[in-house]
Amino acid sequence: MAEKLGVYICSGCEIGKNLDVEALAEFVRNGKHKAICKLVKTNAVLCSPDGRAEIEADIAAAGLEGVVVCACSPRAKWEVFNFGPKTLVGRVNLREQCVWSFEDDPKFPDLMTVLAKDYINMGIMNCSKSGIPEPEVPEVCQTIMVLGGGFTGLTAALNAATLGKEVVLVEKEDALGGYAAKMYKSFPLAHPYDQTQDTGIDKLIGAVTDNPKIKVFTGAGLANLEGAPGLYKATVKTAAGEEVLDIGAVVLATGWTRGEASFLEPLGLGKLKNVITTYDLEKMAKNGGIVRPSDNKPAESVAFILDVEKCMEGVDWSRGEVCEPVEPLPAEAAKKEEGAEEEFVYQDLESAKHISYSSEISSLVALKQAGYVRERNPNALAYILYDHMMVPGINEKYYKAAQDNPGIMLSKARVTEIAEGAGGGLSISAKNTLIGESIEIQADLVVLPTAVVPVTAHEPTINLEYRQGPAFPDLDLFDGFADSNYICFPYETRRTGVYAAGCVRQPMTMATCREDAAGAVLKAVQCVNSANHGVAVHPRSGDKTFPVFNFVRCTQCKRCTEECPFGALDDDEKGTPKPNPTRCRRCGTCMGACPERVISFANYNVDQIGSTIKEIKVPDKIDEGGPRVIVLACENDAYPALDMAAMRGHKWSPYVRFIPVRCLGSVNAIWVADAMSKGIDGVMLLGCKYGDDYQCHFVKGSELCSRRKENIAESLGRLGVEPERVEQFEVSIDDYDKIPGMIEKFMNEVISKYGPNPFKGY
Amino acid sequence: MSNNSILVVGGGFAGITAALEAAEIGHEVFIVEKNPYLGGRVAQLNKYFPKLCPPSCGLEIQFQRIKNNPKVKFFTLAEVLSVSGSPGDFTVKIKLSPRYVNERCTACGECEKAASTLVENEFEFGLVKRKAAYRTHLFAFPMRYTLDAAKCGADELRRIKDSCPYDAIDLDDAEKTIELNVGSIVLATGWKPYDVAKLGELGGGKLANVITNMQMERLASPSGPTNGKILRPSDNKAPRKIAFVQCAGSRDQNHLNYCSYICCMASLKQLSYIREQNPDALVVVYYIDLRTPGRYEAFKRRATDDKKLLLVKGKVAKIVEDAGTGDPTVTVENAVTGIRSEERFDLVVLATGMQPSIAGRDVPAGVSLDEDGFIISGMDKGFIAAGCAKLPLDVMKTAQSGTGAALKAIQTVVGR
Repeated sequence: MAEKLGVYICSGCEIGKNLDVEALAEFVRNGKHKAICKLVKTNAVLCSPDGRAEIEADIAAAGLEGVVVCACSPRAKWEVFNFGPKTLVGRVNLREQCVWSFEDDPKFPDLMTVLAKDYINMGIMNCSKSGIPEPEVPEVCQTIMVLGGGFTGLTAALNAATLGKEVVLVEKEDALGGYAAKMYKSFPLAHPYDQTQDTGIDKLIGAVTDNPKIKVFTGAGLANLEGAPGLYKATVKTAAGEEVLDIGAVVLATGWTRGEASFLEPLGLGKLKNVITTYDLEKMAKNGGIVRPSDNKPAESVAFILDVEKCMEGVDWSRGEVCEPVEPLPAEAAKKEEGAEEEFVYQDLESAKHISYSSEISSLVALKQAGYVRERNPNALAYILYDHMMVPGINEKYYKAAQDNPGIMLSKARVTEIAEGAGGGLSISAKNTLIGESIEIQADLVVLPTAVVPVTAHEPTINLEYRQGPAFPDLDLFDGFADSNYICFPYETRRTGVYAAGCVRQPMTMATCREDAAGAVLKAVQCVNSANHGVAVHPRSGDKTFPVFNFVRCTQCKRCTEECPFGALDDDEKGTPKPNPTRCRRCGTCMGACPERVISFANYNVDQIGSTIKEIKVPDKIDEGGPRVIVLACENDAYPALDMAAMRGHKWSPYVRFIPVRCLGSVNAIWVADAMSKGIDGVMLLGCKYGDDYQCHFVKGSELCSRRKENIAESLGRLGVEPERVEQFEVSIDDYDKIPGMIEKFMNEVISKYGPNPFKGY
Repeated sequence: MSNNSILVVGGGFAGITAALEAAEIGHEVFIVEKNPYLGGRVAQLNKYFPKLCPPSCGLEIQFQRIKNNPKVKFFTLAEVLSVSGSPGDFTVKIKLSPRYVNERCTACGECEKAASTLVENEFEFGLVKRKAAYRTHLFAFPMRYTLDAAKCGADELRRIKDSCPYDAIDLDDAEKTIELNVGSIVLATGWKPYDVAKLGELGGGKLANVITNMQMERLASPSGPTNGKILRPSDNKAPRKIAFVQCAGSRDQNHLNYCSYICCMASLKQLSYIREQNPDALVVVYYIDLRTPGRYEAFKRRATDDKKLLLVKGKVAKIVEDAGTGDPTVTVENAVTGIRSEERFDLVVLATGMQPSIAGRDVPAGVSLDEDGFIISGMDKGFIAAGCAKLPLDVMKTAQSGTGAALKAIQTVVGR
């Protein structure tokens, strides 16, 4: 609670041309907040060096706890209006949201001043209810645990060790090396990208086992991971027993398993003896000769099949619904199965799609193994039949090199049938090829691709002792891959502190795995560092606040623990939430979920926004000053879009008031009730898109908000207010040309259909 | 004592990522960007594949991270002049070109109104002109104008200066050289679209209605030159029959001797731009292979489930223009049927490839480029390549590369 504020009103950027800033200053000096507004000043250009210097001097001289800058958007001039960590700064967006976007309504005089006064009062209230955060700094363990001792895991372990971290490496097999150790050779990993090379795995294993910072467990598994980033207790199980280790963060590099043979049955696998997979051929190449399984005769001709369309029949490629069907809130669902402890059932996510998803690896492996065939026997022939030769980027060079090999025949083809051929061989029928409309090839051996199926498609792997379950949520969105839904932030998932790398995240080449092992380790180290300083990781990196619970008033309803998109909260037997600040991303979803309003952040809380809403002066009657609508706008995307709309000259109703929120997930139903009981006619919730391609920075915030709307509707019903007065809109940051129309439509509909809010004038 | 700071050359997605990831571990980071804004190529894109979400969303997060992190410092209109020293102790000379607009600028736009000279608009790939006093784009960061003083006469400069209510126009601004001491250097110099003028047989740069895929991004962008309406340049008509020519310059030893990685997915993405505006438009994609690696396959399956889309395997040999209508006619040989045909379109999009920006330029001693201009070595000398300076990549893999580069840059400065 800040009680010594300075209020500064800028008259630059057309603000002074449209508003009497001196009169506004007088309004603040004599207004309802005069007790806390110790200084009220105007300035021609507040962001000028003189303007800033004046504020700085005032802070020192008058001991101001906070300053309310009534000027431009908080997105502008942030560096000018930053007065260090000890001074609160409130920004009142007079420029974009009052002056630039103002559309007059001739029915009433001086609506712009009415608007500006509301925003200034709201800004003062908002700032006064804010506080300086004091981070909670736990005693943190900085050890990095790497799960998986294959190429990616080994590389990750070495990377973490070179940054000075202690490393624990857990490998389920008895030897390190993973699949790379079983390979004969790798396709190119470096310039000039045109030849097969050694995997280098032995050297890598040596470097890891020789590194004193890396403790290696083989024949081991992670049985349980309890706690939170910086504070994990990991139970590692080996033949010798169990060991509990202190761990800071985890790199998940458990890799992949071979796809189920049955998915390749349409191409003859399992039915025809001489139809094998690239996995089988690699083993042959490493251990001896390339022969036909039926009679051990050295293979003189080998056909690699990359066109797997025959295996894709009946595969459904459509996405889930754009908007997920409304499910009951988790708390309600849980109530239905009262008493019964939920059994965690892991849904296996492997499907034929994994064959398609592995197309790049399959193409490169076919090129590599065609080379093996030729290397073993210069007279042998290799065929590669593809639909699209999937060698994007620099690996095109490897493809070119193969094209120069006279014994490798490559063609686009739609493979129609594989059957027994003459002399114990096989006959491959194909159409639409580059060498004829319909062809038949005889080969000793047919080699089918090996699907890369992430370990997480079959089992939780990370075995978290979390209230929301042991695995990454949302794995079904990625067909079992432990991937991120963010394009810009490939390591961000819904579990803080666990960072996936390599083929468990996406099908990738060894060269890419090497990059990935660096990226994931960086994020793991960053996570323990942040925990060590008591600050948040992405996307609110460096945020010192964390949710504070007033447990006295908690009713153990479990909404917060169930709704947190990041599984940050556990609960005890009674259902009291246990905050884990180092798991928390500070989105405020728990705060929005809490019906008792016991959760708050130092600089963001239920009372603060509720009180801000109450600062809006609502005319007793619509025909005495017009209607009022509030817009709770996601500060990440909707709010910038509004700024851009104003910059592009869009105008909108002078009766709307915008209030930025951290995420729609943080919207507490009480705010809507507060607004309605004040006589506000409608509430717009502007948030990010949800569904499979969600754009919410906190994954589930906007979706949860939409699901909570039922609760809101219920409480509005009790008040006797139409639930249609509250509506959520999905907007993107580039919807700046569309949002003004949405506002207009909503305003018109609410007023024309439902008339004034019956609570007006109370 | 080794210097812990990191220099990042290039303020595109790879560079910003590398800088932020290192800074959030506690390292001081300097970004040097030659444009007047951060964000690089990504800032010019309308949407990302496969989510079809706006890049300005991710950039907004990155810029917030920069705003909140005092460890990140950046210079725009800046270029590295020279590097000396060794890992842990580099001295870097940086040239700062004059912006002629100081930090007092509020982006009010008065200078732009006062300016009269029109110049080539690089940001919009020449689709429109811009004033000599300009803001590159709506989401420009930093949000500050730039003045091409050399392109204006003395009178115009005076008018521009006088128009500014904030005393932000500084005509005395001049080139400066600064020196930084850093421990390691990330090279995230990014890519440029392959010069279409070299694709003469495809009408590149000459035929009005043959545009590049990057121009298509600008046409579809709601803040682009047409406010997001896809209109063909010659007559501003909405095209009803559109061809995409894949590998325009890529996979071709006379041009780019590699695959540019993104163009197939980009064209399928652009198909969605067209579909949003015209569900009935006929679209033909001429390709060699449709390269949609990994889980992008799912996007391809959905995008190509389209009755008005024709996929033709074949390399386009020639594009000519119909003099009267401006319609481009494409000559192509179908690789499967062997039939050579001519097809007339309203608009042709050349899926031009990416060329490393650093190709053909001077690089610091210790760094080497391959025959195409990609960086292939330098790490042992303290230079870490990231993003498309190293390989042709999409944005997701660029973010991955930038994050990994941060780790390698830190490895270079710790334990030394």
